[in-house]
Amino acid sequence: MFRNIAKRVLQTIPILLGVALLIFLMLRIIPGNVATTLMGEHVNQESVKRLTAELGLDQPVYVQFLKYIFGAARGDFGTSYYLNRSVKNLLTIAFPYTVKLALAAAMVAWTIGITAGIFAAVRKNGILDHLFMGFSLLGISMPVFMVAMILQYFLAFRLQALPLEGAVGFRSYIIPAIALGWNSAGSIARMTRSSLLETLQEDYIDTAAAKGRGRVGIITAHALRNALLPVVTMMALQISSLLSGAVITETIFSIPGIGRLAVQAISNRDIPLLQGTVLFTTVIVIAGNLLADCLYAVLDPRIREAK
Amino acid sequence: MDQLSSPSTETLTAEALAAELGEADTIGSKLHRLASENKLAVVSMAVIVFIALAAVFAPLLTPYGFAEQDLAVRLQNPSAAHWLGTDELGRDELTRLLYGARVSLLVGVVPTIVSMLLGAILGLIAGFCGGWTDTVIMRVADVMLAFPSLLLALVIMYILGRRHREHLSLHSPYIDWAGVARVVRSQTLSLRESQYVEAANSIGVKKLTIIFRHIFPNCVPSLIVLFTLNIPGAILSESSMSFLGIGVQPPGCSWGLMADTGRTYLTSHPMLSLAPSVAIMLVVLAFNFLGDGLRDVLDPYMNRR
Repeated sequence: MFRNIAKRVLQTIPILLGVALLIFLMLRIIPGNVATTLMGEHVNQESVKRLTAELGLDQPVYVQFLKYIFGAARGDFGTSYYLNRSVKNLLTIAFPYTVKLALAAAMVAWTIGITAGIFAAVRKNGILDHLFMGFSLLGISMPVFMVAMILQYFLAFRLQALPLEGAVGFRSYIIPAIALGWNSAGSIARMTRSSLLETLQEDYIDTAAAKGRGRVGIITAHALRNALLPVVTMMALQISSLLSGAVITETIFSIPGIGRLAVQAISNRDIPLLQGTVLFTTVIVIAGNLLADCLYAVLDPRIREAK
Repeated sequence: MDQLSSPSTETLTAEALAAELGEADTIGSKLHRLASENKLAVVSMAVIVFIALAAVFAPLLTPYGFAEQDLAVRLQNPSAAHWLGTDELGRDELTRLLYGARVSLLVGVVPTIVSMLLGAILGLIAGFCGGWTDTVIMRVADVMLAFPSLLLALVIMYILGRRHREHLSLHSPYIDWAGVARVVRSQTLSLRESQYVEAANSIGVKKLTIIFRHIFPNCVPSLIVLFTLNIPGAILSESSMSFLGIGVQPPGCSWGLMADTGRTYLTSHPMLSLAPSVAIMLVVLAFNFLGDGLRDVLDPYMNRR
C-alpha cells in the first residue's frame, strides 16, 4: 500500500510542474507590455524600461520561469502589481475565509446528501426516493448563484433570519454554505443511494438477514460500511472542488476569500496575484485528489492488501 | 450442397443470437427504443428544441429589441405588454431572455463539439499509437484535468481580454477535451486488441484507415452521451462567468449577465434575476435527463461504471 501511495505522490510532481508551466506561459502570451499597461500609454519610454527591469520582465522567459518556480516552491509568488503587497501575504489572509466556507459547505453537503441518499435507497421507488432524487437533480442543475439568490431573498430579506452578506461570525456563513454545498449534496445523495442499493444486493447481507438481524441493524452495521467507501472518496474530492469553486459564492456574499481575490486580480489585470491564486488553488485540488486516492487505499482492504 | 448451406445457417444463427443479445441494434433503433421507453428524455428533448426554436425565431416572437431601452417603463412588473416585466433600463425581460438563449445554447453546443473532436482525435491517437505519444498526450490531459475548471476559464478570459469576450465559446474546448480523450483512449485500447482490428492489420490496411474507419465508429455512442452530458457544464460555466462580469459584456445579453444585473433589484424585482436563473436550470436539467436517457440505451457499459 505504501509503495502505491509513494508512487502516486511521485506522479503528482510532473503534473504540478506542468500546471505551473502552463499558467506561466498562458499569462505571458498576452499581447502588449505589462509595464505599459500598469503605467498607462502616455508615459515616456525611459520609465517603461525601468519598470520592465524592476519587474524582471526583460530577462529571458526561461530565467523568469525558473525564478518563478523556485520562488513558488518557497511560497514566494511575487508582489501584487495593483495592491503592492506580497501575494503570499494576501493568500495567507484570504485562505482561512475560503477554508471556513468550504468546510461549512462540505458539512451541509455531506449531512444532507448522505441522509437523503440512505432514505432514498431504503425506500427505493417510494415517495421519499422520488422526492430526494428529484431534489438532488435540481441541486446538480441549479447554478450556484441561483441557490444563493433564492436563499438571500427568503432567509435574509423576507424572514430577516440571517445576514445578507459578509463574513463576520458563524451566522454569516450559513447561507453561503448552503448555496455552495447544495450542488455537492445532490451528487453525494445520488452516489450514496446507488452504492447502498448495490451493497444491499450482496450475499453477506442475505446471510445477516438469515441470522435474524433487523433491517436497521443490517443497514447501519453491515451495508453502510461498504456502501460509503466510494462516497468517502467523493467527499475528499469535493473538499478540493469546494475550495476552488467558491469563486461565485465569495463574490455574491462579499467573503474576502481566494476566489474573490482571483476575480479582483482579473479586473485589475494583476498577473502575479492571478498566477498565485490559480497555482495555489490548483495545488490544493491536486493535494485533495491525492488524499482521496490514499484514503481509498487505507479504507478498502482490497486495495490496501494489493501488492 | 450441405457444404454450401452450412455457412449460411451459421450466419443466420449468429445474427439471431446477436439480435437476441441486443448486439445487432443500430444507433437508430436504440434511439427509437429511447423514444418509446424514456418519456422524460423525450420531454427534455422537446424542451431543448422549443428553447432553441424560440432563440432562433426571437425577432419574430417579440416586437422589442434586446437592447431597446425605454426609461419611461423601467422596472415594470409583468403585464400584457411586457409578460415578464422590464429591467432597470426599461428593456423587455422576455425579449432579453429569448436572445440570451442564443448565447447559452451556442456556448453550450459549439465549444462542446470542438472539444469532442479534439478529445476524440487525441484519444484515438494516444490509444492506438501507445508508447511516448500516449504518455505525452495523457500527461498533458492530466495537467488540464488538475486545473479547477472555473479558474482556468477565468485565466483564458483574461488572456482574451475585454474586447474579445464575445469569443466566450473559445475557453471550453481547452478544458473539456482532456476528459473526452481519456474515455476515447480507454475504448481504443480495448478495441485495438479486437479480432477485426487484428484482421485489418494483417491484410495491410493503413493505420489511419483502421483508426477512423474501424475504431472511431465504435466510440461514437460514448461520444454522443459525453456530448449531451458536457453541454450543461459549458452552459453553467458561461453563465457563471457572465455573472461574475467576466463573460458577455453589456449591451450584449446572456442569462448569466441578466441574473447578475437583476441581483441589484433582488428584493424589489426578484423576477429580473430569477427568470434567467430558472431558464438556465431548465436547459441544464433537460440536457441532464436527455444525457442520462441516451447513456442508458447507447452506452450501458458506461452507465454501469
